[in-house]
Amino acid sequence: MKEEEQNNILDEVTQSDYKYGFVTDIEMETAAKGLNEDIIRYISMKKNEPEFLLEYRLRAYRKWLTMKEPDWAHLKIPPIDYQDIIYYAAPKEKKELSSLDEVDPELLETFNKLGISLEEQKRLSGVAVDAVFDSVSVKTTFSETLEKQGIIFCSFSEAVQNHPELVKKYMGSVVPYGDNYFAALNSAVFSDGSFCYIPKGVKCPVELSTYFRINTAGTGQFERTLLIADEGSYVSYMEGCTAPQRDENQLHAAVVEIVALKDAEVKYSTVQNWYPGDKDGKGGIYNFVTKRGMCKGSHSKISWTQVETGSAITWKYPGCILLGDNSVGEFYSVAVTNNHQQADTGSKMIHIGKNTKSTIISKGISAGFSNNSYRGLVKISKRAENSRNYSQCDSLLLGDKCGAHTFPYINTANSSSIVEHEATTSKISEDQLFYCQQRGIDTENAIGLIVNGYAKEVLKQLPMEFAVEAQKLLSVSLEGSVG
Amino acid sequence: METKYNDILFKEKLVSLFNEHRRKIGFNDTGQMSALRDNAFETFEKTGFPHTKIEDWRNTNLKNVFAHNYNVLFEAQADKPDIEKIFQCNIHNFDTHIIALYNGWYLSEDKHLITLPNGTIIGSLAQAVKEYPELVEKHYNKYADINENGLIALNTAFAQDGIFIYVPDGVETYKTIQIVNILDRDDKLFIQNKNLIIVGKNAKLTFLHCDDSYNYNRSFTNTVTEVFIDEGAVVDHYKLQNLNDSSALINTTYFHLEKESKLTSNAITLNGGLIRNKSNVILAGKKGKANIYGLYLVDKEQHIDNRVFVDHAESDCDSDELFKGIADDNATAVFNGHILVRKDSQKTNASQTNRNIQLTDKATVFSKPFLEIYADDVKCSHGATVGQLDEEALFYIKSRGIGEYDAKLLLLYAFAAKVINKISVEALRENIDDLVKKRLRGELAICDMCVLQCKTQEKTYEFEIDLSKI
Repeated sequence: MKEEEQNNILDEVTQSDYKYGFVTDIEMETAAKGLNEDIIRYISMKKNEPEFLLEYRLRAYRKWLTMKEPDWAHLKIPPIDYQDIIYYAAPKEKKELSSLDEVDPELLETFNKLGISLEEQKRLSGVAVDAVFDSVSVKTTFSETLEKQGIIFCSFSEAVQNHPELVKKYMGSVVPYGDNYFAALNSAVFSDGSFCYIPKGVKCPVELSTYFRINTAGTGQFERTLLIADEGSYVSYMEGCTAPQRDENQLHAAVVEIVALKDAEVKYSTVQNWYPGDKDGKGGIYNFVTKRGMCKGSHSKISWTQVETGSAITWKYPGCILLGDNSVGEFYSVAVTNNHQQADTGSKMIHIGKNTKSTIISKGISAGFSNNSYRGLVKISKRAENSRNYSQCDSLLLGDKCGAHTFPYINTANSSSIVEHEATTSKISEDQLFYCQQRGIDTENAIGLIVNGYAKEVLKQLPMEFAVEAQKLLSVSLEGSVG
Repeated sequence: METKYNDILFKEKLVSLFNEHRRKIGFNDTGQMSALRDNAFETFEKTGFPHTKIEDWRNTNLKNVFAHNYNVLFEAQADKPDIEKIFQCNIHNFDTHIIALYNGWYLSEDKHLITLPNGTIIGSLAQAVKEYPELVEKHYNKYADINENGLIALNTAFAQDGIFIYVPDGVETYKTIQIVNILDRDDKLFIQNKNLIIVGKNAKLTFLHCDDSYNYNRSFTNTVTEVFIDEGAVVDHYKLQNLNDSSALINTTYFHLEKESKLTSNAITLNGGLIRNKSNVILAGKKGKANIYGLYLVDKEQHIDNRVFVDHAESDCDSDELFKGIADDNATAVFNGHILVRKDSQKTNASQTNRNIQLTDKATVFSKPFLEIYADDVKCSHGATVGQLDEEALFYIKSRGIGEYDAKLLLLYAFAAKVINKISVEALRENIDDLVKKRLRGELAICDMCVLQCKTQEKTYEFEIDLSKI
């Protein structure tokens, strides 16, 4: 390949601008900037929360005050002024909507720009969409279909009002409020999020999906998702994000908790495309997320699949606590970083139950000036007899100014378990490129082909409806090189 | 009753000892070294001992090591050990130059440095400072980093003696140089040595570093070794550790590789209470090659921590790491590999492998193979496993009429053999091979010292594994 040509492609890759940058003008109701107990009381009051939740928030806030921002990740995080963030923003008009026609047309327009047409989705793909616009849920579709099965799928605030007993029982059971700095912050100020409960023995007929959007400049988003799969149930849950272009950094500290009881299976898929900042590394979202699943009962299974293309800084370690005997945890990830993006992401698998199994497949792609790190922990406790882990984390480097790092931690305290970890780091091989070109495939398409093939193992784990979106986002991030 | 010691008291004690003996400690120093000593001491005062809150030390807790009152020797002892004892160190069929450190001090009748016919200089570092101050100053503490941790700073502040080896340009030493660390005291001793090894352009050096205990007394050794390998030089380095269960050894080695040089380092840990081997390898010139291997066999309450940091500072370099270990009883085995490929270090080839066999539920294995890569035209890989003996292989052997115990031994030995076979000096390989077998059979006592073939009676076994069949 001509070097010039290759450089051109890499230039394109590193210079593509964020496509989904636009701001929707909808009137917002916002709290004053800053964080203190009064603000927390204000949020709680606004949302008409029960006493236990306010207590929980305050406990978390007090814990948060004693904590320090984590500094162990391979990230350069500019100092964050937590007093300069608006912790509550809600669309002002909030009346009961009976049909999609009543939804703010401008909001619908926003979704259309993103390629998510509520009508289309409702009619064609059979996906129930709980669209979270900034912090408050606007519209839930398919709830009637789900209701028939006894499935609860609503915004977190609604769950607090309608199912406080479930919220009280499970919230914080997987990610306690004192788990880490950002989880504590989220527990104190979480705005809204999704709640899902699948009753005993129910196989959710549709794939549940939530699209997150960050709007209103200067609003930190503190989503909280709680997913409970009761005995013998199954659910596939999808979460996708795109955010408008902004120069000011925005903080996103979400918490996702999954509880899988006996024989339950949860498949959680994410396509994450927060605004990564412009090509000089200005702006962009800070994505500090705590995601964790607990395989509480025996034979339960939690599977994480993520495609990460966005965020200026990503700090995210979806993990599984394999508490029940014979439970299974899986983690599939493709993380793409470009320009000045930084990602420190990976998975934690904590084996506690007997015969537990976990798989980690992580594919990192770094381009431009970015740094992409995999950080994982596989811990086998004494009790976890006959446990098995297989981890593979590969890194692909596009360009000589980026970095790819691997930090796997393996701790075992058991003599009947097997842990395997392997990783490679390389660039796209000249031979592969040459082979493609030889067969008349141009460089651009060849790189696309190779990168796609490289990520295939993970992409194939995504639900059908999501796979298209994921590939779209991959091509936005690596514009010019992915066909 | 003995006062219960801890890191704070120990630090206080060392600080007052330093101030009290400052003159004696540095009587030999050049101006540069003296300034360095003070600087290092200040650093130690500031940072203190490493603790488990520090990422690099999270799996190695020194609390129990600091719980004792150690003595520090500021001058060589008058009494001499049984010289015969040391010269029993001769390995059968293995002709070496033996030099020894006795309780932390260079051991010889007269203090003079030995100059071999080919120009190689061997001897005490303290003496080398006197005789070749320029040569020593050029390399002394140029590769070690007192800011790496408190123990490095402490060593730099206190170290008075150690081994000095200088191989001039173009000289190949065919005879292996064997360094024996002998600890033989009735009290608890804290020893800090600093070794300096300089290998000239296109020179060749093979050296074997043995750490042995001669009794069951508690000891704490903190050694820093600097090895400078000039252009085109080849260095084979072997470490053989067979210490008693109450000894602690913190071993930090800095290898600096110039253009086209080659290093092979092989650390065999047979026994020891708490051992931490840290190798820092800098590939500072193009086309350097570093092979770092290790084998560790731990049981009882033992703790082994192997750490390797390979810094690919230049392009076209290769590095290869292989560490294998067996953890039995309540033992802890830690592996931490770090490969750093700097920006523009293109055409790097680096691999890292750690394999562990965990025999009991009470043993713990921590493995962290870590890659940090800033260049794109590289081939880097790492792999880590923790597992057990292969049931099917075991069954196969048993089905051939070999008992369970022997079958297990055979498999464990085969597991270890991959590292042993990397030893290029044949006599040494055979010897270590033998020791590992003994160790696996549980017959290696500390009086059955690694290279000391003292008073070991040949035992006959009902079933001897025929290794030729492996």
